[in-house]
Amino acid sequence: MEIGKKIKAGDIRAASRLIRDIEDSIPEAKSTIKHIFSYTGKAQVVGITGSPGAGKSTLVDGLVEANRKSNRTVGVLAVDPTSPFTGGATLGDRIRMQRHAEDPGVFIRSLATRGSLGGLSKAVGDAIHVMDAMGKDIILVETVGTGQQEVEIINYAHTVIVVLVPGMGDEIQAIKAGIMEIADIFVVNKSDREGAGKLQRELMAMLDMSPIAAGGWRPPIVTIGNSFKPEEFERDIGKLTARVHEHYEFLVSSDLIGDRLRRKTMHELNEALRSSILEPVLNMLVSTGELDRMVEKLLKKESDPCSLAEEVARKYLQECI
Amino acid sequence: MKMSERKLRVMVAKPGLDGHDRGARVLARCFRDAGFEVIYTGCHQTPAQIASSAIQEDVDLVGLSCLSGAHRYLFPQVVKLLQESGAGDITVIGGGIIPDQDFQKLYDAGIKAIFVPGTPLDVIVDWIKKNVKPLE
Repeated sequence: MEIGKKIKAGDIRAASRLIRDIEDSIPEAKSTIKHIFSYTGKAQVVGITGSPGAGKSTLVDGLVEANRKSNRTVGVLAVDPTSPFTGGATLGDRIRMQRHAEDPGVFIRSLATRGSLGGLSKAVGDAIHVMDAMGKDIILVETVGTGQQEVEIINYAHTVIVVLVPGMGDEIQAIKAGIMEIADIFVVNKSDREGAGKLQRELMAMLDMSPIAAGGWRPPIVTIGNSFKPEEFERDIGKLTARVHEHYEFLVSSDLIGDRLRRKTMHELNEALRSSILEPVLNMLVSTGELDRMVEKLLKKESDPCSLAEEVARKYLQECI
Repeated sequence: MKMSERKLRVMVAKPGLDGHDRGARVLARCFRDAGFEVIYTGCHQTPAQIASSAIQEDVDLVGLSCLSGAHRYLFPQVVKLLQESGAGDITVIGGGIIPDQDFQKLYDAGIKAIFVPGTPLDVIVDWIKKNVKPLE
């Protein structure tokens, strides 16, 4: 398989095209992924998530730099939102990372969400596989600017960094479910700003009340200052890199990495089942015009969505029903 | 509703020492509204940074904006670097403060179209839709 070989050899053009074929749901891309799947599973995957403008891209840039200094090759997947109206997207994360554009050891690829709601793109899992098969030592996945609920990153990353900035609200925000629960590491970013100390104390109080996680990992809080002061910033990024490393070591030594892998694999299988079962059926319904007829029926209140879906299931999934 | 769908990916880039990116940002926004996926790389980019980003992002088109007067060197350089990396199939267009007498030189160097200030945005979008075909 020609493309598979190119990807294993680190060919960026072939890899980026394959990622695009995955994004565009081109059927041939699936067979290439099948082919390279056995070469995956070596890379360390780190997720970076947080609200829009929290400084995720700048942190990723710092992490790229730190990893390159210790001679590790890096892949970056940066996700930005797709417009629900036009289907277009402005992908601007790599602006902050352009000092690495010419480094052959760094491969940065922007992805648009294309309607996915979990803070990532549907293509992200396979895109990670592609970079993994290329031999990248570490893959940094930057989510879209998230609110409270976009937690899908936990299905892909070994380590999740949640980036917070001062001024996000009162302490009630810190005890809400969702994104505050998924952090393996918290970053209090722009910590030179007013309110950083307060935010840090609130986080600590929140963590004090949290049940002790499996293996006893308590998410550390790393404060990161002004990125326009390069020396301070580099020092702070050094602290963050050390924490990421510690967390990975912790996963390995406590054997929790097995649990994460299982979760990741389960999710992946789920997605694959969904696309293998649902997509052909949907395609059929679209091409025969059946889907439009069903919508008409619903609009006229002649039926309800549940009954129509069950009808379709009875027709195509005989053995399960 | 179609399951597989090709989407146009375009990059907007500003080569050289030129921090005036209002025009580039307006275009990035306008391309987004046209339904393209737009990668914007920001100001002060070297041709090598632009070429390598275009390859990493697998774009169909690179739109270069230059208001500094250095387009005669910078634009052809991007085309040359793309060709050298086996990515000569990526369409390169340009815009900015470009004197009429430079147009032909840029066309000869492989720049496929030039749009100067005052061009209606839909003229540019229409040109792209007509001349840059999505992948097979």
